[in-house]
Amino acid sequence: MTMDFEIAAIFRWVHVVAGVAWIGLLYYFNLVQVPALAAAAGDQGGPGGAGITKYVAPRALLWFRWSALVTWLAGAALLGGSFTEAFALQPAYAAIGIGAWLGTIMLFNVWGLIWPNQKKILGMVSATDEEKVRARRVAFLASRTNTMLSIPMLFFMVNGLTHKALIGL
Amino acid sequence: MKNPLDSILGTIISGIVLTIILYVFLKNFIVAGV
Repeated sequence: MTMDFEIAAIFRWVHVVAGVAWIGLLYYFNLVQVPALAAAAGDQGGPGGAGITKYVAPRALLWFRWSALVTWLAGAALLGGSFTEAFALQPAYAAIGIGAWLGTIMLFNVWGLIWPNQKKILGMVSATDEEKVRARRVAFLASRTNTMLSIPMLFFMVNGLTHKALIGL
Repeated sequence: MKNPLDSILGTIISGIVLTIILYVFLKNFIVAGV
């Protein structure tokens, strides 16, 4: 099913802009913030990581989770009438369908695993020390899983809907 | 066995391996008969 070029262009534009914010913040967490907090914790007599936890992490998480949702919604809108074919991995849409599945799993990880556990870690909801230790591990592994999934997700996303370059269709 | 996701390098290598697996799956099982 075809969509007006202008409408598709707007959905694609929003999808990419929000996706840059989402994946950019995901890479920030994994490449910068997590190692920085570990270094701060090990730096005896240093300033510690409380400033990052209090002022940076909540803002980063706010933009992270909402840009994830906007990315997914704009992507779903861009698929339009081909949404079902893509998720059913019909041959003409299989490549973008794999990308869409990976993006959907990543969205679930953000809202279902990372954000609920980060609320415990950051003290936004009450949790015992034991629950915080477990929450830290779950949030970390969900974030690392998303970083891993982002690699094939971007490969399948950026090769175009019909994927002539990729699989010769 | 150590979890590869505990290191950045392990995460990136896992992502590349998964990309290759999914590409082979796509090319040989989904679009092979098209």
